[in-house]
Amino acid sequence: MSAIRDSEAIRPPQSAGGGRSAWQRLRRNNNARKLVACIIGALVAAVITGPSGSVSHPTAGFTGALFHPRVIVFLVLGVLLWLAMVGRETLSENIKTVTAPISMARTRWLGDPKVRYSLYAALLIFAIIYPRSLSSFWQGVLVDQIGVYVLLAIGLNVVVGFAGLLDLGYIAFYAIGAYSCAYWTGALPIKPVFHLNPFVSIVFAVAAAMIAGVILGAPTLRLRGDYLAIVTLGFGEIITIYANNLQSVTGGAGGTNVVPHLSVNLLGLKYHWKLDSLPYYYLLLVFVVAILVMFRALENSRVGRAWTAIREDEVAAEASGVNTFKYKLLAFAMGASTSGFAGVLFASKVQTLYPSSFALTESILILVLVIFGGMGSLPGAVLGAAVLQWLPQFLRGKINQADLFLYLGALLIIMMIFRPQGIWPSRRRARELAMAEAGLTEADAVSGPTAGEVQ
Amino acid sequence: MSVLLQLSDVQVRYGAIAALKGVTVEIGAGEIVALLGANGAGKTTTLRTISGQLHPHEGRIFFEGRRIDGLPAHEVVGLGIGHSPEGRRIFPRMSVLENLQMGAYRFGRARKDDLDRVFALFPRLLERRTQDGGTLSGGEQQMLAIGRALMSRPTVLLLDEPSMGLAPLLVQQIFDIIREINEQGTTVLLVEQNAVQALSIAHRGYVLETGSIVMSDAASSLLVDPRVRAAYLGEGAA
Repeated sequence: MSAIRDSEAIRPPQSAGGGRSAWQRLRRNNNARKLVACIIGALVAAVITGPSGSVSHPTAGFTGALFHPRVIVFLVLGVLLWLAMVGRETLSENIKTVTAPISMARTRWLGDPKVRYSLYAALLIFAIIYPRSLSSFWQGVLVDQIGVYVLLAIGLNVVVGFAGLLDLGYIAFYAIGAYSCAYWTGALPIKPVFHLNPFVSIVFAVAAAMIAGVILGAPTLRLRGDYLAIVTLGFGEIITIYANNLQSVTGGAGGTNVVPHLSVNLLGLKYHWKLDSLPYYYLLLVFVVAILVMFRALENSRVGRAWTAIREDEVAAEASGVNTFKYKLLAFAMGASTSGFAGVLFASKVQTLYPSSFALTESILILVLVIFGGMGSLPGAVLGAAVLQWLPQFLRGKINQADLFLYLGALLIIMMIFRPQGIWPSRRRARELAMAEAGLTEADAVSGPTAGEVQ
Repeated sequence: MSVLLQLSDVQVRYGAIAALKGVTVEIGAGEIVALLGANGAGKTTTLRTISGQLHPHEGRIFFEGRRIDGLPAHEVVGLGIGHSPEGRRIFPRMSVLENLQMGAYRFGRARKDDLDRVFALFPRLLERRTQDGGTLSGGEQQMLAIGRALMSRPTVLLLDEPSMGLAPLLVQQIFDIIREINEQGTTVLLVEQNAVQALSIAHRGYVLETGSIVMSDAASSLLVDPRVRAAYLGEGAA
């Protein structure tokens, strides 16, 4: 659509006659303006990623960045971005023709349960074998950065992707899980009623997170859309501030005492998790697979249909006999308990908890993982978390660490322009976006009812 | 004729604003009752209160002799009150079939004979059953909204402005179908701005004005009442 508009904009306005200067025409030209914006953007990026100035040479940052051959790279990138924007329509058409057979094959193959399950099995075997060949650094990343966040993304996907509730304080439940584990294992300044093995503490921590989810959800789930987002945002902040300031309970900014590693001693089964990441990875893998299977079953059940209906139009869902409050609360509690569970694993893996691990940016990050992967899609949540959590580690040492978010931000913007539905969207979500492009409905999943207004 | 649904002195408030100031309405089994009134008279509020989406501040609602005000919406549906809400509110990203299945949510899954009945009433929906609800035309969406409400096998069907935004030919068609649904045994409470059409198929009618019932009579009498004609049919000056 925009290509048509743009090509019209290239044509000089006929009614203008000779009255309009070339400069004015250029200024009204959409593509020219985009080019200028791209070049300015490239220069800004060159300055930001360039050397820093100092007190003695305050302009060194500018001169070092702009009068240096590397600026050419940025300009080329800027022009390429412009070309991509201008040619977006044709480009995405071309991409579609290239990928059409692939996506057709995908639907045909994945439609066949035999193929699908063998694919899952192959993936699982890969996930079991491959990490053994990694260095211990990457094994650590696989647990702390990827595994735990995959779990968090899967949980948030239920809340945001399935039920359409925008939860901006999701990290709070993760914190509650982690600090509960620390409490029951005696790592907090206040001593627990009775000491628990960290493995047993999972039950209590998950319960605590779930109860917190219900306590927060019961009064606030009557709110819709933006209001819910604000309340959950506040809740997330409250929990972080408590973790920071309740020194006598949480240890404050100085962190908790050492949380012991997990250990099992049950029915003859004895195992101690230690500093080594790999055993933690396998534990996570087991739980991730179990939770994925469970959520997939839920998605295709009566509960999943209720969630879809609520996301699409809450009033209509209610009028169809769906107990909207119950199902929203259920989604909230399931997300919270998954998050709390991830918190326990995180606590026993890293052993010392600091409130900074539970900041607002983490809530936003997890939401980004879900959106990047494809909202409402379980494989999408896994993929999104894996890719976006792996990338910063991969870039470590290759770029100035201070610029990390610049690159990630650029990636997200490009992603939102060219593939807003995420890497692996759910089928319904892909349809939603296609319809929104065609102007039939609104695209946002997390808004209130839309169906009434759209025609 | 036995009274199926009864509102007695129902008052509803949005904060400090009184939307219904004591509405008393009786609907007999097998009737089509039209609820008429201008914008903001409280027609939609009345329907939403019956179906449990709003709760009265004062007054009582009885359905089949049982008090239902205060029940949550999903329980009211379970009792046999189907509601086709204002503005259609179909699920835009679900297929026509999925929309209809959502209507049968109280039963777990849609029954074949219910689907057959809806498709017999609205053959267009059968043609479009795999299409997304949001891609339907306005008239088809209205059919889907009514069809979805029928899937819960209601004793009373509440219809909120079924003719809104439709072409005249389609309006006629929708009203014919409403009459047919009624002849099949479903009681209908019809909220309309299109007074002539509504009264032409209704047995009785009520006129709402700023939250109060100001007139109630047989539909045929209302249709010739000079006050109704002046206020709602645009005839002469009041």
